[in-house]
Amino acid sequence: MRWRRKDLLGMRDLEPGEIQDVLDTAQSMKEIAAREIKKVPTLRGKTVVNLFYEASTRTRTSFEIAGKWLSADVINFSASGSSAEKGESVLDTARTIAAMSPDVLVVRHHAAGGPDLIARHLPCSVVNAGDGAHEHPTQALLDLLTIREKKGHLEGLHVAIVGDVAHSRVARSNIHGMRHMGMTVTVAGPPTLIPPACAEMGVKVSHRLEEAIASADVIMMLRLQQERMRGGLIPSLREYSRVWGLSRDTLRHVRGDVLIMHPGPVNRGVEIAPDVADGEHSVILDQVANGVAVRMAVLYLLAGSRPA
Amino acid sequence: MSLLVRNGRILDPAGGVDAVQDLLIEGGRIARLGRSLAAPEGTAVVDATGKVVCPGFIDMHVHLREPGQEYKETVASGTRAAAAGGFTAVCCMANTFPVNDNRAVTDFILAKARVEGVVRVYPVGAVTKGLKGAELAELAELAEGGCVAFSDDGHCVMNAEIYRRAMEYALPFGAPVISHAEDAHLARGAAMHEGLVSTELGLSGQPAAAEDVMVARDILLAELTSAHLHIAHLSTAGAVRMVRSAKARGVHVTAEVTPHHLLLTDEAVRTYDPNTRMAPPLRGKRDVEAVREALADGTIDCIATDHAPHELAEKESDFAAAANGIVGLETAVPLLLDRLVRPGIIDLPTLIARLSGGPARVLNLSGGSLAVGAPADLTVLDLGQAWTIDPTRFRSRSRNTPFGGATGTGAPVMTIVGGAVVTV
Repeated sequence: MRWRRKDLLGMRDLEPGEIQDVLDTAQSMKEIAAREIKKVPTLRGKTVVNLFYEASTRTRTSFEIAGKWLSADVINFSASGSSAEKGESVLDTARTIAAMSPDVLVVRHHAAGGPDLIARHLPCSVVNAGDGAHEHPTQALLDLLTIREKKGHLEGLHVAIVGDVAHSRVARSNIHGMRHMGMTVTVAGPPTLIPPACAEMGVKVSHRLEEAIASADVIMMLRLQQERMRGGLIPSLREYSRVWGLSRDTLRHVRGDVLIMHPGPVNRGVEIAPDVADGEHSVILDQVANGVAVRMAVLYLLAGSRPA
Repeated sequence: MSLLVRNGRILDPAGGVDAVQDLLIEGGRIARLGRSLAAPEGTAVVDATGKVVCPGFIDMHVHLREPGQEYKETVASGTRAAAAGGFTAVCCMANTFPVNDNRAVTDFILAKARVEGVVRVYPVGAVTKGLKGAELAELAELAEGGCVAFSDDGHCVMNAEIYRRAMEYALPFGAPVISHAEDAHLARGAAMHEGLVSTELGLSGQPAAAEDVMVARDILLAELTSAHLHIAHLSTAGAVRMVRSAKARGVHVTAEVTPHHLLLTDEAVRTYDPNTRMAPPLRGKRDVEAVREALADGTIDCIATDHAPHELAEKESDFAAAANGIVGLETAVPLLLDRLVRPGIIDLPTLIARLSGGPARVLNLSGGSLAVGAPADLTVLDLGQAWTIDPTRFRSRSRNTPFGGATGTGAPVMTIVGGAVVTV
């Protein structure tokens, strides 16, 4: 096992071998989900704290299930209704929790760099469960696991990531992860939703949906955050949906074996038509299932390799 | 009282002097320069053998925070930080509480400086009342009170008409209007420079154009009004280009650059250290190359620190929520000597000129040279002194610096103001 990190903060700094380790470990964790009694004693006596500063259903639940199936004690600490609302700083909240000696702190924060700040100041392992528009590494890992399962390999595949790339931590983590694994990435969307200097991250940039998805093995649709219209980045939802939404009609231009992914939650009828989200190419629910396995792998690799 | 500075390397770019000499100070002014000067009866003697003696450094961009935010800095602590860092004079910006937009605040600052300050303090008055960008402050009274320039620093005056009128109204006072050139709309919500690093970090960036747009506007207004425009903390290659061509056309424009914009790029933000957050933000590699070149060729007239003290709680937060700015008075000269002069990027006489004669000319101050009769403001450097930056030892009340722990060689070792050695 090559895993020697204290924290998992992003995909950018991971080595391909480390990504491979997480995916292989996650693959073996999937067997637990198929059991009647979904519990192994691997992390008995370990404490995992989910510290969420931002609303989340699937990610928090997924980490919670992952921890529980591994027999860790899992505590959910939601920043709303807590000391954070009484004006306590992020770092003070984190230090308070750290004083209770958790083994792993899973952090979701609305500000980019929030988990980095906490990790720098605390002795326990920190997992970034999404920070602002920065990174969401476990989402990228579960996406890679899903693609590898369906396609049998990762290297050489072409992925189109479509939509609001500028504000997407999922896009950033996937770009880094996919580049590390030898995949080709095209990002596509209206120029106002493509971040500056994006091409320097080693991706192709396209401003036409059909062009971006024509040769793709995987199409990853991003959620359009509806508040973006206020910033003057797009004129209307209607126009966005017509030009950038994935519909049956646009699918006529893609490969027959294409995978369609979405990190959720889906805006049905905005970035993706309901019949496409539920259609034969869609692997959206496989992504959710793999989320638990990947988070089990990450918790195990961070906490399980050290003595209880 | 008189003072003899003996056997130092006298380096006065303004006077074209670079020789080992003695320097005699009498009555707070430079009395004589020469070899083996005799010390008149009762003269104190300072041995400067092996040291460089230069005109006192002037930092024309400092936030002393008094009145109103004495928990960050005071006139007493800020001027001690200045003296410790080799500066004999500072200009303090108007964004205090209350704002220095009227004579009473100017008088208060100068009274504090007389009683508690240890270096010269030159206030900068606000351009508009309350820094709101809407109505002109009483510039005539501010000038009478001792303000040496006008600026809404920290805010860009977005209304071009108001700024045009400010430039015109300031003409009789011979004091520059200092522009914080940052388009408020292009920079809205931005935490750093826009580019690959902001994209990878997921932080909202402001493009270099946010600065360039305003530098362009202000140069056009200076051309229209014949006013003296000074660009604060210039940070982009585009602004360098425009200032260079405006100067060539004869527009009265000057500019300053900060040590951090000379030494760091936006790569430094990768750690999310809130001490790498400032306005203007740390820029790209090409911008840093451009401001270095402009400093060397004189397009940029001076170095100013934009010393911006903040307490820990304002900096110990996530990057996007952290306050802008870093302290600079006690780190600027050592860093510049070690990282620009030692590698040969800027020669020593040029660095000294940009820290002394440069700002003196921008502000029409009497310092900045070692000519006989000039005020005896001197900075003494030891080019061989090794240092480590330890923020816990700052004289400043604040410790917000990205340079904590940095090491290097070459530092100011003595500051003389009006002929008296400053002890901090």
